[in-house]
Amino acid sequence: MVGYLIRRLIQTIIVTLIVTIITFFLLHLVPGGEVRAVLGVRASPAEIAADSKAWGFDQPIYIQYLKWLWQVMHGNFGFDILRSTPVSSLIWTALPRTIVLAVIGTGVGLLIGIPLGIFQAVRRYTAIDHIVTGVGFVGYGSPTFFIGLLLVQWFAIDLHIFPAFAPQATSLVGILSDPVALVLPVATYAFVAFALWSRFMRSSVLDNIVQDYVRTARAKGASERRVLWGHIFRNSLITIVTLLGLQLPVVIGGAIFIEYVFNYPGMGLLFFQAAEATDIQLMLAITVITTVVTILGNLLADIGYAMLDPRVRYS
Amino acid sequence: MAMTPHPETAVDPESGLLVVETPTDAHEPDQKDVKPRSMFRRGWEVFAENRLALVGLGFVIFIILFSFVGPLIYKTQQVSVTLADAYCPPSTQHLLGCDNLGYDVVGRLMYGGQSSLEVGLAAAFVACLFGSIYGAVSGFAGGVVDAFMMRIVDAILSIPFIFVLIILAVLIHPSRLTMIAFIAATYWPGPARLVRGETLSLRTREYVAAVKVAGGRSSRAVLRHIMPNAIGTIIVQATFAVADSIIILSGLGFLGFGIQLPQTDWGSMLSNGLQFMNLGYWWLIYPAGLTIILTVVAFNFIGDALRDAFETRLQRR
Repeated sequence: MVGYLIRRLIQTIIVTLIVTIITFFLLHLVPGGEVRAVLGVRASPAEIAADSKAWGFDQPIYIQYLKWLWQVMHGNFGFDILRSTPVSSLIWTALPRTIVLAVIGTGVGLLIGIPLGIFQAVRRYTAIDHIVTGVGFVGYGSPTFFIGLLLVQWFAIDLHIFPAFAPQATSLVGILSDPVALVLPVATYAFVAFALWSRFMRSSVLDNIVQDYVRTARAKGASERRVLWGHIFRNSLITIVTLLGLQLPVVIGGAIFIEYVFNYPGMGLLFFQAAEATDIQLMLAITVITTVVTILGNLLADIGYAMLDPRVRYS
Repeated sequence: MAMTPHPETAVDPESGLLVVETPTDAHEPDQKDVKPRSMFRRGWEVFAENRLALVGLGFVIFIILFSFVGPLIYKTQQVSVTLADAYCPPSTQHLLGCDNLGYDVVGRLMYGGQSSLEVGLAAAFVACLFGSIYGAVSGFAGGVVDAFMMRIVDAILSIPFIFVLIILAVLIHPSRLTMIAFIAATYWPGPARLVRGETLSLRTREYVAAVKVAGGRSSRAVLRHIMPNAIGTIIVQATFAVADSIIILSGLGFLGFGIQLPQTDWGSMLSNGLQFMNLGYWWLIYPAGLTIILTVVAFNFIGDALRDAFETRLQRR
């Protein structure tokens, strides 16, 4: 187990390095992009050259990369020229917000999706199973932003039940103390997530229901309840934990739509604003940090997998 | 769900022993003359039993005809703005009304559908073709090469793809062609990982070993023997990829990084209509939104049925 963890950690570091290389070089495809974004389209070549030199953008790209990487390892993500703020301070206020919303949204989605998936598997091929499957298909066939905006239209504009905006408080406590405003963003998250997880859970339970250990459990006289919850449920969860790790990039990527629709100042909205302003430092930092969060989430899922499933031996 | 087929068991009345009777074709004489059915024929039979899949297939054919043949029958003006018609409600002249620039919404759906379908189908094709070859090569090569190639896949898979797409759209002016390239560039690692998994189990088979013994090159083993056997996985993946690409394109259109005016796609149409959401112009929102959802659901139906068809073809037939 310890050996596995060490190997997995080395893998994680390599993957993170590849991610930084890909993102850095991708964002520096356009020469002078950053300076041009600040000075505007009418800047003369001389002005661009002077500013490039001042900010170190005239050096070879691999030198820029290595310098940037060295700074990042010290927690310094550079200085946002457009906003005159250190990039890291922008991110440390936005990241917790995104995590809070993503965790609550995915959590609610799981709490609905998993029991529903089990219920569907138990009542497989009945009318109710088909109906839930149908709703699920619509759930992951719909663009996230469309669901969000429909909820706003129906529940905020037409019925005046919930506010159309997510909590705008700056602190986490402030956000959590405004649960009414959280309802619509969380519901959007949950609608997309429930479709996914009920589907995964249904097929996972169905895969397990035909296994030999289930027959053994029935043969030894275990009650249906015990067979379902003590045997099938626990084994089905193993798949779900792995998939949860794999779904993380999608969940975090989906945040951009929900944060944009509900004007929730998290990483997604920050990225959108950075993209509109061609703010390369900020885009770079957000991409790298969200990716590292995803990779760490994957690592946690793998460790969880190893703990849940004693058959898994990593040698 | 698919149970493993049980051989029929019975107790022999004379000896009292348990007789295991394995059903084989030899017991059914009328099957002798039947020509062996191809993998695709058997697959189609399973597929055709799935009514949802047929509905999905029907809808996909309909929407393709609607987008590409429809403009020949239902002629609309999609080139210049007609402000006199802006926001006109549905009528016999404009079946679903007009948008804020006076474009006929039905015509716009056809025109946008061309973009959405072209980008969806092409991006899925490119991503799955490249991903499959990459995955097959990686799995076949094994060792350090495989480990390195898969770390790249891991890296790309862990970057939230929408960020990469937006970065690309900011740097390179988006058009249909670049959209295909962008979506394919972020989507291929998924198919690559699946095909690699398939290759790992295929490469130990006798017929792959036979290629080596016969002196065939590795490229022959990968392209002629491994890829065709992984074709089921690849096709299923490609179908879902079309659905995903259409959604991704609509998301980019919504954020304003998609296909730019005067061209459009369903996502851009929807995002345009959503600006006028609380003014009651429902025909600017629901037709485009429903078209996206129905098309994506249809492709997902087909993908699901194909997966069943390829998985069960060996067990059931």
